[in-house]
Amino acid sequence: MRLNVNGRVHEVEVVHEDTPLLWVLRDHLGLVGTKFGCGIAQCGACTVHVDGVPAFSCAVPAAALEGAQITTIEGLAAADGTLHPLQQAWIDHDVPQCGYCQSGQLMRAAALLAENPRPSATEVDEALDPSLCRCGTYNRIRGAVMAVAGGEHAE
Amino acid sequence: MQSDNGDIVKLDRRAFLKLTGLAGGGLILGVTVGCSRPQPVAATGEDGSFQPNAYVRISEEGIFIYAPNPEIGQGVKTALPMIVAEELDAAWDDVTVVQSEIDAARYERQAAGGSRSIPDKWTPMRRAGAAARHMLVAAAALRWEVDPEECETRDSMVIHTPSGRRLSYLELASTAAELPVPDPDDVTLKDPSEFRLLGKRISGVDNRPLVTGAALFGIDKQLPGLRYASYVQCPAEGGRVKRANLEAVKRLPGVIDAFVLESNGEPTELSAGVAIVAVDTWSAFKARRSLEVEWDESDAAKDSWSRAQEEARRLAEGEGRETVADRGDVNRAFGEAARTVSGFYQYAFVSHAQLEPQNTTAWWHDGIMELWAPTQSPQGAKQSVAKLIRVAEDRVVLHQMRAGGGFGRRLMNDAVVEAAAIARRVDGPVKLTWTREDDMAHDFYRAGGFHALQGALDGNGRLTGWRNHFISFTEDGDEPVRGGGISGDVDPGPFVPHYRLTQTLLPWRTPCGYWRAPGSNVIAFAHQSFLHELSSAAGRDHVEFLLELMGEPRWLEEGNLWALHTGRAAGVIRRAAEAAGWGRTLPEGRGLGLAFYFSHAGHVAEVAEVSVGSDKRLNVHKVTVAADVGPIVNLSGAENQVQGSVIDGLSAMLGQRITFENGRARELNFHQYPLLRIGRAPEVDVHFVQSDFPPTGLGEPALPPLAPAVGNAIFAVTGERVRRLPLSAEGWS
Repeated sequence: MRLNVNGRVHEVEVVHEDTPLLWVLRDHLGLVGTKFGCGIAQCGACTVHVDGVPAFSCAVPAAALEGAQITTIEGLAAADGTLHPLQQAWIDHDVPQCGYCQSGQLMRAAALLAENPRPSATEVDEALDPSLCRCGTYNRIRGAVMAVAGGEHAE
Repeated sequence: MQSDNGDIVKLDRRAFLKLTGLAGGGLILGVTVGCSRPQPVAATGEDGSFQPNAYVRISEEGIFIYAPNPEIGQGVKTALPMIVAEELDAAWDDVTVVQSEIDAARYERQAAGGSRSIPDKWTPMRRAGAAARHMLVAAAALRWEVDPEECETRDSMVIHTPSGRRLSYLELASTAAELPVPDPDDVTLKDPSEFRLLGKRISGVDNRPLVTGAALFGIDKQLPGLRYASYVQCPAEGGRVKRANLEAVKRLPGVIDAFVLESNGEPTELSAGVAIVAVDTWSAFKARRSLEVEWDESDAAKDSWSRAQEEARRLAEGEGRETVADRGDVNRAFGEAARTVSGFYQYAFVSHAQLEPQNTTAWWHDGIMELWAPTQSPQGAKQSVAKLIRVAEDRVVLHQMRAGGGFGRRLMNDAVVEAAAIARRVDGPVKLTWTREDDMAHDFYRAGGFHALQGALDGNGRLTGWRNHFISFTEDGDEPVRGGGISGDVDPGPFVPHYRLTQTLLPWRTPCGYWRAPGSNVIAFAHQSFLHELSSAAGRDHVEFLLELMGEPRWLEEGNLWALHTGRAAGVIRRAAEAAGWGRTLPEGRGLGLAFYFSHAGHVAEVAEVSVGSDKRLNVHKVTVAADVGPIVNLSGAENQVQGSVIDGLSAMLGQRITFENGRARELNFHQYPLLRIGRAPEVDVHFVQSDFPPTGLGEPALPPLAPAVGNAIFAVTGERVRRLPLSAEGWS
C-alpha cells in the first residue's frame, strides 16, 4: 500500500490487510511517537490526524487510508524543526509526567486549534476528552492549550 | 592519571605539592600520601574527560550529569541531576543529562519505589557535584597560580575574583582530570541559602523529545531485524499449558514461531504461557485469535471477589484471628465512653493501568542477554534474568528505558523475564509487547480490604478508644499479600490511648503488588474518613479535632526522620485549611472535606471542595494541598507530582475496581476500568511548607489524603457517609 505520512509517500508491505495504522507507523515506518495504549479506541494514545481530523490509529486499518494525508506527532513541527506553538507550550508549562499520552494529547489539541483558534476551557475539555492521561497532567494540558489560544507561548 | 591500585602516575611533583598545600584552604582533597585512607582516585574518564565520580563527566563537548534511577514520570531524571548541578554550580542550560547504566557498585540502589530517589541520592549527589566543583576550582587555581580561596564559581565558570579572570568548566576539564579526587565525605557542601537552582521551576529534560515523538520509551525500541512477540498466559494465575495448537499457529501469515514456556514457579518472574513470535506486532496479536490453548487449572487461582466480600462481612461481626497491636484498656475505654461510633469500610482490588503496556526488547547474542526495559527495578530485573537463563549477572546488560508510568507495577519484572526467555529461542532481537488485556489480567493488583472500625469518645469529645478488625488477604497462609498489611503505628494509632488492632487474612492466590503509596492509599481512606465520623459525632470541628490529636510538636520516634512529626502534621493541616478557606460559607449543595495523612516521610493535608448533584453525581471542583517534604528540589516537578496524585487518587476512587471470579479478572480494558478524563479533573492548588528537614520523596505521599478528603466533603454536603471504594459501587458517579 501507499501511505502519505507527514508529507512523504511510503510504500509499505504488510502481511495482513487489516493491520491498523498504528502498527504500520510503529513497526514498519519507525514512527514510534504514536503510542499503543489500549487497542480499542479508548485511551487516545494512538491519535493521529487523517486529513486534519483526529483519529484513533489503533482502530483504523492502514489500507483504508491510501490517498489520505496522515500526520503524526513527528510531523507536527514545521519542516525546518520549528516547534508547533503547542509543543513549545508543553515544554514551557512542563506538561508531561511520564509523557506517554502526550503525543496523542498534542494531536488532539492541534486539531482543535486548527479548527477553533480561541476555544473556551470547556471546548478544550470536550476536544481532549478521548485522550486519557494516567499521570493526571490535565490541568497543565488545559493551561498550555489556553496559553497558546490566548497568544502567549511562554510563562 | 593512575593505575588500578590508585597510584598517581602522571601528576608531577610540583602540581601535587601545590594541591596538597591547597588542601588546608578551599580545596579539601582528603588525599594522604602513604596512608591507607583514602586512596587517590582517578578523575580521568575513559575518553580523557574529567570524570571525578559516577555522576559527573566534563569534556570539551560539555557537562554531562548522570541520572541513576528509572524515570517513570516522577521526574527524577530532571530532579536528581539538578542536585549535582547545584553543588557543581553548573548553569542548567549547559548540562546534558544522561541516563546511567545499571551498576550497583557505582550507584547503589537504582530503583523507583518508596518515594526514595530524592532522600537516597540527596547527599551522595550533592557530594558528587561539590567534589567536582572543588577540583575545577583547584584546576583553575593551578593554571592561574593563585590561591583557590580567591576563586568562586558560577554558571559553569571558575572566576578569580580579584582579577576577574574566568575559565569555563569545559576549558578546565583536562586539567581537573589530572587531579586526585577528594574524599566525598570531606567536601564542603553549600549552605541551602546559597542554592541558585534548587527550588526553581525546571522543565523536564526529556520534554522536547517527548513532544516531538522521539523514541524514548521501552516500547519504542527498534533494532535491525527486530521480531515481535506476544505472550498468552492462563487467565487464572497458576494455570499450565496442557495442549496448544502450536503447529497451526506457526503456519499463520506473519508468524515465525510459537512455543510453550513453563513457569519457573515465581509469578514475579515467569508464568506458563504460549509465546508467538512474528514479523510485526499485529501479526503476533492477530495470531492469538487462532490460538487454542487447553489450560490445566488444577493448581490455578479460583479467587472470587464476591465470595471474599461475603466472608469479610460475616467476619467483621467479631474480632480478628490475630492481634496486631493492643495498647491500654480498650474494653474499659468503650465501657466508659460518652459515645461510640462504628463503621465498616471496604475497598476493591485495583490495577495499575500504567498507560504503556508491559514490554521489553531482548537480544541473546555473544553469550550476553541484552535488554531494553522500562522497569522500576532494573537491578532486580538483571538478577531474575540471570537466574532464569543461568548466566552470570554481568552477562545480562540492561538499558534503562523511560517508562510510560509505573505506579508500582514495574517493580515486578515478569515481562522482562518473559522477554529474555523468549529471546533465548529466537534468532535475533525480539520485542515482547503485552496487550492492554494482558496488562489488566496479569497485574500485581492493589489488594482489596476491609476495616471494621469502632471509636470511643469521652464527654469532651476526645478520642479515647479505637478498635479495628482489619481483613486482608494472604498468599502463603501466613503473611499479608504485598501492600496488604497494616501496623498499629499508622495514624491514628499512636494518638489513641486505648487501641486494639486485630486482623484476619483470607486466602488469596492471584498475585498482589505495590500500588502508589502501598497500604497508605487505602488505610488513609478508612482511618481518616472514620476520624471524621468521630469528630462529626462529637459535634467538633474536624481541623480542631485533628490538631488536638497531634498534640505538642514532636517526632513520634526521636531521631527517625522517616517518622511522623506532629508539628509538621499540624503545620500542613493548618496551611491547607487556611488556603482552602476552611469554615467559610459555601453555596447550597457544596462542601469541604479535609484529611491528613503521613506516608513515605511526607506530611500532607488536603481539602476537597465538592458539590453533589441529583442522582449522586459528584463534582470535585478544587483540591487544596499542603505538603511538607522538606525543601523542594524542582518546584515544577513537585507540583506535577501533587497534581497527579490528586487526580490519580480521584480517578481510582470514583470507578476503578478489578473483580475476580474463578481466578479471573473481569475488567480487561479501559471501557470497563475507567480513568478520569480531563473534564472531571479538579483544580489543584498546591502549597509547600518548606521545612529545613532533609528533602524526602513526593511520588506517593500526596495520594492517600485525597479519598478521605473527598469522602468527608461528600458527608459535609449530603450527610451521607462514604465507606466503600470505588464510589461507583454504591451508585455515585
